[in-house]
Amino acid sequence: MLLHPLTWSFGIMRHVITLLVENEFGVLTRIAGLFSGRGFNIESLCVAETLDPTVSTMTIVTRGDDQILEQVLKQLNKLIPVIKVVDLIEKDFVEREMVLVKVSATPETREEILRVVDIFRGKVIDVGAKTYTIEVTGDEKKINALLALLKPLGIKELVRTGRVAMIRGSKITTEPGS
Amino acid sequence: MAASLLHRGLEVGGNIFFALSLKRSDPQVKRSSSETLLLQFFMKKTGSQIIIESLKKEGVDLIFNYPGGAVLPLFDELQGAPFRQVLVRHEQAAVHAADGYARATGKVGVVIVTSGPGATNTVTGIATAFMDSIPIVVMTGQVPTLLIGNDAFQEADIIGITRPCTKHNYLVKDIKDLARILKEAFYVARSGRPGPVLIDLPKDTLVNSTEFKYPEKVFIRGYQPTYEGHLGQIQRAVKLILKSKKPVLYVGGGIISSNASKELTLFSEKLGIPVTMTLMGLGSFPGNHPLSLGMLGMHGTYWANMTVMESDLLIAIGSRFDDRVTGKIEAFAPQAKIIHIDIDPTSISKNVRVDLPIVGDCKRILSKILPLFDEEDISSFKAGLDKWHRQIEKFKAIHNMDYDQKEIIKPQYVIEKIYELTKGDAIISTEVGQNQMWTAQYFPFLKPRTLLTSGGLGTMGYGLPAAMGAQAAYPSKLVIDISGDGSFQMNSQELATVVQYQMPVKVVILNNGYLGMVRQWQEFFYGKKYASSCLEGTSPDFVKLAEAYGAVGFRANKPEEVIPILKKAFSIPEPVIIDFVVDPEENVYPMVPAGEPLNQMRLV
Repeated sequence: MLLHPLTWSFGIMRHVITLLVENEFGVLTRIAGLFSGRGFNIESLCVAETLDPTVSTMTIVTRGDDQILEQVLKQLNKLIPVIKVVDLIEKDFVEREMVLVKVSATPETREEILRVVDIFRGKVIDVGAKTYTIEVTGDEKKINALLALLKPLGIKELVRTGRVAMIRGSKITTEPGS
Repeated sequence: MAASLLHRGLEVGGNIFFALSLKRSDPQVKRSSSETLLLQFFMKKTGSQIIIESLKKEGVDLIFNYPGGAVLPLFDELQGAPFRQVLVRHEQAAVHAADGYARATGKVGVVIVTSGPGATNTVTGIATAFMDSIPIVVMTGQVPTLLIGNDAFQEADIIGITRPCTKHNYLVKDIKDLARILKEAFYVARSGRPGPVLIDLPKDTLVNSTEFKYPEKVFIRGYQPTYEGHLGQIQRAVKLILKSKKPVLYVGGGIISSNASKELTLFSEKLGIPVTMTLMGLGSFPGNHPLSLGMLGMHGTYWANMTVMESDLLIAIGSRFDDRVTGKIEAFAPQAKIIHIDIDPTSISKNVRVDLPIVGDCKRILSKILPLFDEEDISSFKAGLDKWHRQIEKFKAIHNMDYDQKEIIKPQYVIEKIYELTKGDAIISTEVGQNQMWTAQYFPFLKPRTLLTSGGLGTMGYGLPAAMGAQAAYPSKLVIDISGDGSFQMNSQELATVVQYQMPVKVVILNNGYLGMVRQWQEFFYGKKYASSCLEGTSPDFVKLAEAYGAVGFRANKPEEVIPILKKAFSIPEPVIIDFVVDPEENVYPMVPAGEPLNQMRLV
């Protein structure tokens, strides 16, 4: 098994699960119910339509004991509107997340904020009298590092999209038959 | 041809305009079958009519129902439809009855009830069927689509409520999906690991019309059950079995739902491997067979539990390592390798780590595995088992199932006599608690589908409606509900139903004046403080109750009355309630206290 660098190494593992599901009402509740029924927290969740409008992809990030997670994966597979389940943590994959951060911008901090944004290849997408709103995309590590730098400057508000992920190379995660 | 089409169109009330506008020369239209097909295709039917037609296509012959405002359009069509219909007195009983019907016949049970309270009343029945993997389709009325979510009169989010206790459920939002959903619902209920499916029907979908065409096939891309076991795994299983010295088969309800009893018996006999059954598995292997060890688990036989604990190979088929079976899980079958055959991958390695899983249908896998032993030397394997069989005999000698019949009727005695009088040729339903465990222990079920009992959920009040379901399926068979004075009162209103439809169900009440199993636990584990478990002097006179409903009631106080009263009850072609006044403080033995290893049994 290829251990992802972000994997926590004490029993409880981080898992990035990609699901292909029927694009219909009620599917999200069925899936969320499997996690909540076992006291699992969903760390992040991202759902959107695929190229095929009848199918949606879901990316779920969660942490849990391996045996319980194996059970959850099987249970997910058992749900009738779930077409495919892949635990990406067993594969080599890329993941990204976007964050919008509203930082207080004073004459003293403006320079520093812009420098940080530049280093992280982010963008300032809105400017207020006392704030900057910043957009940055990256994996969990990068986002966390950015937030650590911005925090002392005064983060007013923060919204993260949740992670999306994909297998590296030419292999296709979302092909129902693969 | 146009004329003939017109005629048919009129006959079936179809679209006359269409029939007239059909061109004679149309090469696509041939006579007879395609003609009918086209007519069918263009004929508009109301949602209610579509349901009736779909149920006909599914071969449904019996429906348990209870009407109400939201489903009235459907009931209007049901009147005169070619199904037998049983009007129950409580929706919970409708579901248990459909469940009993499904267990006894192997077919899908069907329930139709109304919205709101009608729907919520089905929940216990649905959860019961879900835990025991019983195929039923429950149709609930719903308020019109536009009112959903508005707290309308008799509105309940039954889809949300039943999501965790159905195999799948559907809200029909568009009448065009109705026929497909019905087809899928029956398919999902009966295929793979069977289970209950609920269809919620907003009132407008019952009234509106659309073209009706029942799908020929079902394709659900997210649902493709595995039936054929992996050949490599099966071959590995053969090797593991032949290497074992102390093998035991531990089988459950999966054998019954896949109709694999014959194959199981062949397998066990061919190799001389003893069989122990879960509560749900009773009847899958003849209880009087020399290789049968009876039930295992909390109230299993001493020898079955000891055999499992001492075994070096556990072959689990269609069973799911429930806590009532395994006792303390870490101490379960400590020396055994485990082969697990099950159609549901989520059952495998859920509670116990399995050494060799085989996902698939029990019947097909057993049929595949049997011939593989022909190529092996099984005579030396069988000879090697002699020592193992001798050891099991020793376990039997240490503790045999027994009770002491003195001047007061022992409940076990009643069950033994029922077995002797019927020679096992009866369908037995039970309630839940002591009555259920004594039935499992003292009635050696000989054939599959003869025991109807709520194993997983443990639903009191299950027995009488389940017996109704079985009796409706087999009107001439002897169907007996073995009950307690507590459980019986949880659905005793169904006496009205059995009397109305003249179902000759026999209800045997083992009346000990207590919620017996609760009292037993309180005696053992709560210092004999019988909190809320004593019913003595508070129950109705069951004989008078039977008579009030128009059924026959008997009472037996003494052991010598048991046989004559049972004989008399079995000979009357009417519903009979027999009140057996039994020893109030009799306990179910042996018993493994919850959370203890299986070999820590209380024998007396």
